[in-house]
Amino acid sequence: MSTRLSTGGRLLDRSRSLRFSFDGHAAEGFAGDTLASALLASGRMLLGRSFKYHRPRGLLAAGVEEPNALVNLGEGERMEPNRRATSVPLRDGLVATSQNRWPSLETDVGAVNDALGRFLPAGFYYKTFMWPGAFWKSVYEPFIRRAAGLGRVPKGRDPDRYEHFYAHVDVLVAGGGVAGLAATLAAGRAGRRVLLMEQEGWWGGRAGVDAPEIDGMTAPAWIERTVAELRRMPNVRMRLRAQVAGIYDHGYAVAAEDLEALAPGRHEGPRQRLWRIRARRIVAATGAIERPLAFAGNDVPGVMLASAVRDYLANWAVSVGDRVVVVTNNDDAYRTALAVHRAGLVVPVIVDARPRPEGELVQRAREMGLRIEAGRGIAKVHGRKRVRGVTLCALAGEGSGLEDIACDAVAMSGGWSPAVHLWSHCGGKLLWDEAAALFRPDRDRPPRGADGEPMVLSAGSADGALRTADVLASGLLAGAEAAGSDEEPAPLAAHDAEEGPILPVWVMPQGASPELRRKMWLDFQNDVKVSDVELAAREGFIAVEHAKRYTTLGMATDQGKTSNINGLAVLSQSVQLPIPEVGTTTFRPPYTPLTLGAIAGVAKGDLFQPVRETPMHAWHAAHGAVWEPVGLWRRPWAYLREGEDRHAAALREVTAVRRQVGMLDASTLGKIVVKGPDAGRFLDMIYTGVMSTLPVGKCRYGLICSENGFLIDDGVVARLSEDAWLCHTTTGGAERIHAHMEDWLQCEWHDWRVFTANLTEQWAQIVVAGPRARAVLERLGGMDLSAAALPHMTWAEGMLAGLPVRVHRISFSGELSFEIAVPAASGLALWEAIREAGAPEGITPYGTEAMHILRAEKGYIMIGEETDGTVIPQDLNLGWAISRKKPDYIGKRAQERSHMASPLRWRLVGLETMNGSVLPEGAYILAPGQNAVGQRNTQGRVTSTYYSPTLARGIAMALLERGPERMDEVVEVARKGADPVLARVVDPVLYDKAGERLHG
Amino acid sequence: MRRYSAWALWREGLRGHAGWDRAWTSPLPKPRYEVVVVGAGGHGLATAYYLGKNFGITDVAVVEKGWLGGGNTGRNTTIIRSNYLQDPSAAIYEKSRSLYETLSQELNYNIMFSPRGVMMLAQTEHEVRGYRRTAEANALQGVQTEFIGPERVKELCPIIHIEGPRYPVLGALWQPRGGTARHDAVAWGYARACSDMGMDIIEQCEVTGIDSAGGAVTGVRTTRGAIGCNKLAIVVAGHSSVLAEMAGFRLPIESLPLQALVSEPIKPCMDVVVMANTVHGYMSQSDKGEMVIGGGTDGYNAYTQRGSFHHIEETVRALCETFPIISRLRMLRQWGGIVDMTGDRSPIISRTPLGNCFVNCGWGTGGFKAIPGSGWAMAELVAKGAPGPLAAPFGLERFREGRFIDESVAAGVAH
Repeated sequence: MSTRLSTGGRLLDRSRSLRFSFDGHAAEGFAGDTLASALLASGRMLLGRSFKYHRPRGLLAAGVEEPNALVNLGEGERMEPNRRATSVPLRDGLVATSQNRWPSLETDVGAVNDALGRFLPAGFYYKTFMWPGAFWKSVYEPFIRRAAGLGRVPKGRDPDRYEHFYAHVDVLVAGGGVAGLAATLAAGRAGRRVLLMEQEGWWGGRAGVDAPEIDGMTAPAWIERTVAELRRMPNVRMRLRAQVAGIYDHGYAVAAEDLEALAPGRHEGPRQRLWRIRARRIVAATGAIERPLAFAGNDVPGVMLASAVRDYLANWAVSVGDRVVVVTNNDDAYRTALAVHRAGLVVPVIVDARPRPEGELVQRAREMGLRIEAGRGIAKVHGRKRVRGVTLCALAGEGSGLEDIACDAVAMSGGWSPAVHLWSHCGGKLLWDEAAALFRPDRDRPPRGADGEPMVLSAGSADGALRTADVLASGLLAGAEAAGSDEEPAPLAAHDAEEGPILPVWVMPQGASPELRRKMWLDFQNDVKVSDVELAAREGFIAVEHAKRYTTLGMATDQGKTSNINGLAVLSQSVQLPIPEVGTTTFRPPYTPLTLGAIAGVAKGDLFQPVRETPMHAWHAAHGAVWEPVGLWRRPWAYLREGEDRHAAALREVTAVRRQVGMLDASTLGKIVVKGPDAGRFLDMIYTGVMSTLPVGKCRYGLICSENGFLIDDGVVARLSEDAWLCHTTTGGAERIHAHMEDWLQCEWHDWRVFTANLTEQWAQIVVAGPRARAVLERLGGMDLSAAALPHMTWAEGMLAGLPVRVHRISFSGELSFEIAVPAASGLALWEAIREAGAPEGITPYGTEAMHILRAEKGYIMIGEETDGTVIPQDLNLGWAISRKKPDYIGKRAQERSHMASPLRWRLVGLETMNGSVLPEGAYILAPGQNAVGQRNTQGRVTSTYYSPTLARGIAMALLERGPERMDEVVEVARKGADPVLARVVDPVLYDKAGERLHG
Repeated sequence: MRRYSAWALWREGLRGHAGWDRAWTSPLPKPRYEVVVVGAGGHGLATAYYLGKNFGITDVAVVEKGWLGGGNTGRNTTIIRSNYLQDPSAAIYEKSRSLYETLSQELNYNIMFSPRGVMMLAQTEHEVRGYRRTAEANALQGVQTEFIGPERVKELCPIIHIEGPRYPVLGALWQPRGGTARHDAVAWGYARACSDMGMDIIEQCEVTGIDSAGGAVTGVRTTRGAIGCNKLAIVVAGHSSVLAEMAGFRLPIESLPLQALVSEPIKPCMDVVVMANTVHGYMSQSDKGEMVIGGGTDGYNAYTQRGSFHHIEETVRALCETFPIISRLRMLRQWGGIVDMTGDRSPIISRTPLGNCFVNCGWGTGGFKAIPGSGWAMAELVAKGAPGPLAAPFGLERFREGRFIDESVAAGVAH
């Protein structure tokens, strides 16, 4: 049984006990506990089930590398799956449940997979489940899916908030162990702006457990003194429970701060904070992770990393068992044996793979009378849900048992692997240190920043330094180097025990039978065993990435922190290549998983993408607007009256404009001012027509094409003055066209004297259209709007209703029409004034749908309807808006290519169904026969289709092969799921062909 | 080749799985081949496979600078669909999709094609019209799709938030026979079948030069020596321009990193693939339980296969809004792949200025779904020296002629 010791526990506050529950069982712990330590203290070793075989699983580790102890944390909308119990600070009332088991953790039906394990090796699914073909979807996959997945599915909407912080620093130090503290000290003393982040809730990392005296005082005392000194530095910021999770190009780093862990149980304020950091230099002082050893049954609950066993003892006063067998290939694990022994518990034997272990710690163990079995390994662990004992064997042999030893825990150590993730995220390379049997950063191949200099510096055990003295020296050096300081920092003394060399043993015993190898776990969560990696090698999956993907080694939620190096060592033995030639897999961000909500930040719900509102938005809402999202705007689609559906409303609005007068909020139309001595020349390149010759006071319709010749936007251009033009764009096009202009100005014509400004939101714009439009506006008084003073396609400034306005005589409805721009702040006032003035005519606000119908009746094209990125102006019979005199414009050369100039292109026509019905949206015009790949031939398509209240029939615009040459021809329009419809080809201008109405 | 089956698995299970062969052999390069395919990704391996299967050409080497399937084949979000708007696209993607349906059986390798259905959400009126049009086009192209309303969307994917405050779901284009497959397995399955036909798959063999004489390729220089060939097929996605430069011609390709990520695994909650182009993101749930999420391309050209953060922030934000339950899940891993983009976002399967040299590239963000169809069409081009009906529209000359195959109206950025 694991249990709480009556004294000790340097992180515990025994004065505050906390109640929590796991799988419905109530338990108690102390403030300072993690969920993992509290569970262990309450005697629970079985905490989860593995992914594939549903093997019983207990804690392997005490930190972020833990692969097994994943729980569903919390309840209701706050439930969070797959939380690592080792990273959850205990809080009062915490509720956790085990996952991936049914019906219970103790009795899990899924464990039948374990019994069948020999038939389910790595990649078995690639070799079966193929017949009959239809069964994958209907039988096999549903079955596999039901078994797969780990945590429970969250429900509802996340009630918590997340926020983003931005920081710019000289030096970012990742990791607040002694190396990180030393680095911060050096950089901080050099006066740099330093940000130090530590993922755990305390400073000093594992030094508080393991380190000898530093600078003449105990390690905890040194840590306390150093933290105090750093806190006094105004240029140093420090954060606990904040993990630097990923490093990207140019010194960009992302860190996650767990605010919930800092104040457990509190729900006000953000739950997590995502830091986005630009750092000149980054010190990766991220420590090292202990490796398991591979022996049969190394996954049985109770088998733990040796360092975790002493962490639980020292930090949380938890004994993992009464009899702890230690198994190791290095000296470090002796610290565990000594700690367990000192705590008054029993270490029946230290199993050391090395033939002649020597070193100070070994010596000390001997002196304490601990039994050491050298040159031995563990043949087998006994027990299923809890260790009951181990069988010893000769390391060199095949695993015949020498002796059975009863125990309830095994502490194993296969050596340490530096946490090189941050070094590697952005391309830093590694080298294999043969003597220490570890990969460490290769100083000669660092990740480089924008200045070409090394961007990440590695420090402490993350750099391969395993002795405290070396860790401190490396931290100081990295800090000084990151600060660009020439001063050599004063060294810090530490006296480490002399350690003997490690013997890189990965699998024990060395000649283990296949039967034993099938029981040796490498990846505990994903159930990848030594035999799986060997099978992968046998089948040719010898590239380390192939082996990983074939076996799923290292692909679990711990991302292989405890399994990758062991796995590739086994692979290297299988293919008989040295470890460095096998290489590592790529380290990908994040270091530990990042909450998606934190990545999204505050931009959720109404803030997801802020709605842009015109000055009249609230008025529309109050008058029955049905909204249509257009870009970030919402425009009224139509204004509903009592008892009316939206289509009826739109038809009523169309009729009102045709018969009387209507008003439209056109404020969303893009308004880009282009100004400067070269503005005319510039616009002649941007538009297909000529804008430079447009007289001041006049308006001209313009088309904008992409470099590939396709029509991307249209609108009316007004010349404001000698050197300034106002370019109207479509609503959706304002930002795009502004960027398009700037792209050309900045990249191609950077010496042209032109400025552009997007003034879309500075002006409200109101369209007043219909035969009575002038009469209504004249009532407002202030300026002459007569045909003589303001003819079609001109503009004038003046006053209306006492407000300064610019009135354009332009029309998108075919009616007499005024577009009145007014400073945005006066938009609503003018809107209401017009509405009031138009009351005698019953002036009708109309929405986008009526606008569409009105323009379609007139055969006016609409960007995004008649165009789709494949249409050139010539297709739309807009050749008149293309200048033939200009030497060039954007898209001209493209439009001269053979296919663009082909007479067979689909061109704009009108369509009238023979029976008056409305054609379906997006319908195609059929041509006889099929093409070479069996598709039905087509010769055109419907681009816009509406019911026209004016003409009382369906109307449509279409693109048809050689369309304008085929007037009056009857074509077949396909309808999905119905018979084709016959339609006659007609002029797209279906109403007021002579264009008299727009003159009023 | 040892056949894979439940029976074989059982028998091997009883003898410790000692009897399995290598999935593909790893030979030394021969001095000369009839065809050298550069690039052992899905498209290159499929090209080799159909050269053998459809045209009996097995004197083929597939050379790969890294490990096979290590480029975009092993980095994509595994979506398979053919609901394209333009005829040439619909033809080749539908051919591909239909080949996927029986690929496991054909290759005797379970690639786990899962026709779970793909829906593309319409979240603006404009998108509604666009997808209605696609459904009309698909009906004439023989591609089974339909435009469905929001209630049906919710029924097929209960975790979608239909009434988004910003972009309510107005409907979706639904392709019930679209789905996903296990991406690595596609490469491995083809590699195994090619190897079985006697082709040489040569990994860790980077092409460093292309030799030509009299307007024709004579061979390639590689890090493992010179290899002669009668025909050369360049199928290297993001690095196509690099290879073309070695061969002395230029390609209208830009290479950009495309971002993707997965969450930690949870129990099944999403049985279909959902793409949301207005907000820029797509998501499905793998058979392991991970939410597989794809976003957009970075805003700059690059060859680094690394994840960047800016785009995933945008993508994750969009998906948290569309699927509120994912907010408390965590991103497990993010990565980038280098996508080769053409001016019209459609691929190139083409002859080149060198008479016996052919290119297959430009699949951009949507290449995985095309692997079998692309290989099928490319094999025909290489074998006959002229494109068949599937490949014909995708020739390089289309850029000169302005005969673009532009899907932007239907597919947005992500596909």
